Amino acid sequence: MNAKISFRDVVKTYPMKEGTFTALDHVSLDIADREFVTVVGPSGCGKSTLLSMAAGLVEPTSGAVLVDGAPVGGPGPDRGVIFQQYALFPWLSVRKNVEFGLRLMNLPAEERRRRAGRAIELVGLADFADALPKTLSGGMKQRCAIARAYAVDPQVLLMDEPFGALDALTRVQLQDQLLDTWSQEQRTVMFITHDVDEAVYLARRVIVMAARPGRLHKVIDVDLPYPRTEEMRLSPEFGRIRNEVWHAVYHQAPAVPAA
Amino acid sequence: MTQLTALGKSPAARTARRGPRRSRRAIALNLVAVVIGLAVWTLLATIGVQGLPGPLEVAAKAGELIADGTLLTDTLASLRRVLIGFLLGTLLAIPVGFLMGWYATARGLLEPYVQFFRTIPPLAIIPLAIVLLGIGEVPKVFVIFLASFLSSVVSTFQGVVDVDRTLINAARVLGASDRTIFLKVVVPASTPFILVGMRVGLGSAWGTLVAAELIAAQEGLGFRMQQAQLYYDLSTIFVGLIAIGVLGLLMDRLLLLAERRLTNWQERR
Repeated sequence: MNAKISFRDVVKTYPMKEGTFTALDHVSLDIADREFVTVVGPSGCGKSTLLSMAAGLVEPTSGAVLVDGAPVGGPGPDRGVIFQQYALFPWLSVRKNVEFGLRLMNLPAEERRRRAGRAIELVGLADFADALPKTLSGGMKQRCAIARAYAVDPQVLLMDEPFGALDALTRVQLQDQLLDTWSQEQRTVMFITHDVDEAVYLARRVIVMAARPGRLHKVIDVDLPYPRTEEMRLSPEFGRIRNEVWHAVYHQAPAVPAA
Repeated sequence: MTQLTALGKSPAARTARRGPRRSRRAIALNLVAVVIGLAVWTLLATIGVQGLPGPLEVAAKAGELIADGTLLTDTLASLRRVLIGFLLGTLLAIPVGFLMGWYATARGLLEPYVQFFRTIPPLAIIPLAIVLLGIGEVPKVFVIFLASFLSSVVSTFQGVVDVDRTLINAARVLGASDRTIFLKVVVPASTPFILVGMRVGLGSAWGTLVAAELIAAQEGLGFRMQQAQLYYDLSTIFVGLIAIGVLGLLMDRLLLLAERRLTNWQERR
C-alpha cells in the first residue's frame, strides 16, 4: 500500500459562540501515488478544509495527515496548490509569476528561465509571457496559476475548485489540458469541485462528502479508461456513474446522531 | 504595450485608447472654467467690493515679488520645511505601519497612540511645539512631520492588513519564508495604499505648513501673507494664496504620476 496522501481519522472543529462547529468528522482517506482523485460534496462538507490540510495551510484538530508517510508540517513546494481565485501576483508578469517558486529554489537564472518557459508553453501562454495578469481573461489567469504550480515540478497537485469561476467551454478545454499533462507526468492529483460532470470526467475515484458534520459519504470508482475523450461524456457508462455520483451528492440521508 | 495590442478587445486597451480624447475635452472645459472665474473676479473688483484687487493688479504684484526675489525666497523656505517634514514623516510611517500591520503586538502597543493623535489636528500641537521646541525651524518641521506621519502610518497599516490572504497562501505553498512573503508579497501589495497615504500626508503637510508659518517665521509664504495682512496689502495675500495652491497642486500631481507608474498593475474597473 503506497499511499501518497493519507488522512487518518482527521477531525477539524472550530470554536463557536456556543459549543464547537465540526468541519470534518473522523475522515480517513488514502490517495495512491499518481492517482487522480476528485472530491465532491455540498457546500460546508469540508472538502476545501481537507485539501488545505494536505497543503499544510490548516492543521487538524485531531488525527493525522501524512504525505509519503510523514506528517504534514506546513506548506512546501512538493505539493502544488491551485486556488479558485487564481491568486496570481498582480504586479508580476506571467513569466515572473511562474518564476516565483523557482526563485525560492535558488536555481541559476538560465535554468529558471528554461523551466518557466516550458511551463508557460505547456499551458499555451507563450504569447502572453510578458503580460500583466490584469490583461488576461479568467481562463488565461488560471492557466498561468497552473503553470506556476507546474514549474516547481511538485509530486502532488492540490486543486481547489480551480475551474469553478470559468465559463463552460473554457472549463472543458482546461479539463482536457489537465488530463493531458497528468497522463504525461503522472502526478498525484487531489481535485475539489462541485461539478459532478467534472468530477467523473477527470477522476479514477470520486470521493463524495456529506455536510453537517463534514464527513466521507461514499467513494465511487470510475471504470473508464484514460485518455478520456469528449465522446466518453456521452457514453451510457459515463451516464451511469454520473447518476450514481449525482445521487450520492444530492440525495444524502441526514446525518444519524451517534447513539 | 505589446500585450495591449495583442488583446485589442480587452477592456484595458479600450480605456487606454479612450483616455487622451476624453482628457482633451476635459482640459478645454477646465480652461473655460478658469476664464469664467477670472471674469467673475474682475467683475467683482470693478463693481467695487471693498479693497478687492483685480487679476491685473495681482499679476503686477506677482511680477514685482518675483523680480525682487521675495517670492522665490519664500517659496523655497516653505518648500524646504514641507519636504523635510514630509520625508521624515513618511520614512518613519512606512516601517511603523508595516510593524503594526504585521505584528499583533506592535499593533496593540502603537494603535492607541496613533488613533489618539490622529484625532488632534496637527495645528493644535503648535502652541505646545513652540513652548517645548522654541520658535526656530524645529517646531514648524515637527508639526509638518506629525501631520504627514499620522496620515501615512494609518494607510500603510491598513494596506498591510488588507493584503489578500490567498496571495500570502499562494506564496507559502510555493515554499516562501515569512521574510520572503513580507518582502515579495506584502510590500508590493500594499504599495497602492502607501502612495495614497503619502498623497493625503503631503496635502495635510502643506496645509499645516502655512498655518505654522503664520505664527513665527522670518520668511515663507505664510509669513509673507501675515505681513501683508498687517499692511492691508490684499494683492500680496492673493499672490501668496495662488502660489500655495499652484505648488500644492503640482506636488499632488507629481505623486499621482508616481502612483500611476508604480501601481500600473492594479485592475481598475
